[in-house]
Amino acid sequence: MFRKLTLTAAMALALSSGQAAAAGAEIEVTDYDFSFEGAFGSYDQMQLQRGLQVYTEICAACHGLELVAFRNLSDEGGPGLPEDQMRAYAEFYEIFDQALFDGEGDFRVATPADKFPGSNVSNAPDLSLMAKARAGFSGPYGTGISQFINGIGGPEYIASLMTGYHEEPECALEGEPMDGFYNVAFAAGGFPESCIDDHGKHKVPGSWIAMSQPLWGDDVDFADGHANDLESVSKDVAAFLMWTAEPKMGARKQAGLTGVLFLTVLSVLLYLTNKRIWAPHKHKD
Amino acid sequence: MAGIPHDHYEPNSKGEKWLHSRLPIVGLMYDTLMLPTPKNLNWMWIWGIVLVFTLVLQIITGVVLVMHYVPHVDMAFASVEHIMRDVNGGHMIRYFHQNGASLFFVAVYAHIFRSLYYGSYKSPREVTWIVGMLMYVLMMGTAFMGYVLPWGQMSFHGTAVITGLFGAIPFVGESVQIWLLGTPNGAIAQPALNRFFSLHYLLPFILLGLTIVHVWAFHTTGNNNPTGVEVRRTSKEDAAKDTLPFWPYFVIKDLFALAVILAVFVAVVGFMPNYLGHPDNYIPANPLATPTHIVPEWYFLPFYAVLRAFDQEVWLVIAVDWITFGIVDAKFFGVVAMFGAIVVMALAPWLDTSSVRSGRYRPMFKWWFWLFAVNFMLLMWVGARPAEGIYPYIALIGSTYWFAYFLVILPLLGVIEKPNTPPATIEDDFNAHYAPKSDSAKPVASPAE
Repeated sequence: MFRKLTLTAAMALALSSGQAAAAGAEIEVTDYDFSFEGAFGSYDQMQLQRGLQVYTEICAACHGLELVAFRNLSDEGGPGLPEDQMRAYAEFYEIFDQALFDGEGDFRVATPADKFPGSNVSNAPDLSLMAKARAGFSGPYGTGISQFINGIGGPEYIASLMTGYHEEPECALEGEPMDGFYNVAFAAGGFPESCIDDHGKHKVPGSWIAMSQPLWGDDVDFADGHANDLESVSKDVAAFLMWTAEPKMGARKQAGLTGVLFLTVLSVLLYLTNKRIWAPHKHKD
Repeated sequence: MAGIPHDHYEPNSKGEKWLHSRLPIVGLMYDTLMLPTPKNLNWMWIWGIVLVFTLVLQIITGVVLVMHYVPHVDMAFASVEHIMRDVNGGHMIRYFHQNGASLFFVAVYAHIFRSLYYGSYKSPREVTWIVGMLMYVLMMGTAFMGYVLPWGQMSFHGTAVITGLFGAIPFVGESVQIWLLGTPNGAIAQPALNRFFSLHYLLPFILLGLTIVHVWAFHTTGNNNPTGVEVRRTSKEDAAKDTLPFWPYFVIKDLFALAVILAVFVAVVGFMPNYLGHPDNYIPANPLATPTHIVPEWYFLPFYAVLRAFDQEVWLVIAVDWITFGIVDAKFFGVVAMFGAIVVMALAPWLDTSSVRSGRYRPMFKWWFWLFAVNFMLLMWVGARPAEGIYPYIALIGSTYWFAYFLVILPLLGVIEKPNTPPATIEDDFNAHYAPKSDSAKPVASPAE
């Protein structure tokens, strides 16, 4: 089962990467603000719940989330669904269970211990780790400075991809019609020869992606009446996917902060000790 | 143990004497810990402790990771994510281990460059240097094989590139590559993952053993120091003027430095654990889709740049290809250059002809050394750039300088350079920084290092 799913995801990637992928693609990624940025940032629970809704109603039609268990939806620092809601949510899914029917396998209603299903469509990659598997920011000139300041930019990339669908540029209309959809944030897709200048440079950013525009704004109605324009829902689903990729971010930052504070105090104490024991030999006392 | 004269362990109580006559382990520990250490050591002499700490950190975190990791091509990636999500504290253990590799290489490069500047590799410390170089190569092997284990895209395609290097060896290359990968058709599959896993677990313990040999070697010769002047061994009293015992003076100093470095390290692990990694390795391995740019981890980049620098457009490569009737082609030339870059560095003790050990007293050497250090950073940077435009030229110039430094500059400098006179003793150097009170009433300048 797992091998099959891996293979499907693998083929999906192979297809979406395409042979026409060019090294020269520039992408437009907006540096959206997220609540979880910085050393003290944490997930916005309400945003994760909205993102879960967007994922469930739109993305899940094609994509999977097979590294995330339903029980995780109630985890601290995550969407924090109350347990009864989480159970009800799980029951909404049917899962293939190899153990049923004397090992023949059969479908059954999901329990909190089950993982989300994998992708339904062969070229739709699993989204569990997408926010860590993509980089929104890079450079300048391979120095990594941009990523040091702004972060790697996975969630920014996802949100920018959602909002990055544009009319095909004029240069593309000159040549053969392209498969897929023009997206200014997507680097790995096909690119028309007619949009490459004499020096091999791309005249327009992005490339052609196989996925049609999934979000348009007003796709989802939130129970609390939160804004559901394209940018809002894109950010919500990007935040949710950051959580699926890095569910322990809160615990990690907490541990990091504790560690840094502890080591700072320890450094001061060791510094003073060191100074003290060396003083007679450095003729300072 | 030969070397600097100092007080040795004397068992006092009956119990101590009983043990000492059967197993002198307390004496060994005492002599190791109380080793007379040049008292003018500066802050570049702390990296050894950092390296020992990191090795232990990697072994401990690694042993725990192995309890949850599954070395199977279909399950390795998921098992790492299981560690990240379901194992108690697993995300921290894994991120410590992953970033621990980077800490390891930061420390080892600082350690190596300190030796190169202060001439620590020179007689009588050649064995320490050679053992150190061997450890460095083993570290690189261990780090590479560890990177393969999560079985992500970079793991997989990195393996293809690295084992492909062996495939470039004339005549036997293909067989060697197949032997390494363990599959009849040379496919990267289960056998490769299993053997890399096995070796990734084994090599750190060999490193641990070599650490003891490394320490043993320089405890025999005594530490080098910033002046490169040897400790006086004429008598215990003379030696005591140049040295202080390792405990507590250098242990506390090293622990202070270690705490500061770990504060930075923990900040990286806590706040930006994926900064030094590559996003593609969060995609499960897929033989059918090759990443656009296969880039090794940062610590391999200088040598990756050397590998790629010698392509078929370099006249030297063309000439060698022609002279050897195509046996040494561009690909093999690159491989030889990459390994050769480490070999010439290991030969530094015999290539450096200068009579003065420390770079501090070598006016011309200093410039060439700092250029070498800058060149190393340059190679690291260019190693991650695509091989197009101006980058291959930068890589070629940088690689050429690497070889020129060891093969031409170090041998020549010893002949043409007129070195300054180092202080007569370590005590003189130390007192120049920390003047005894009786000498002068004026305030002492702060130490240079």
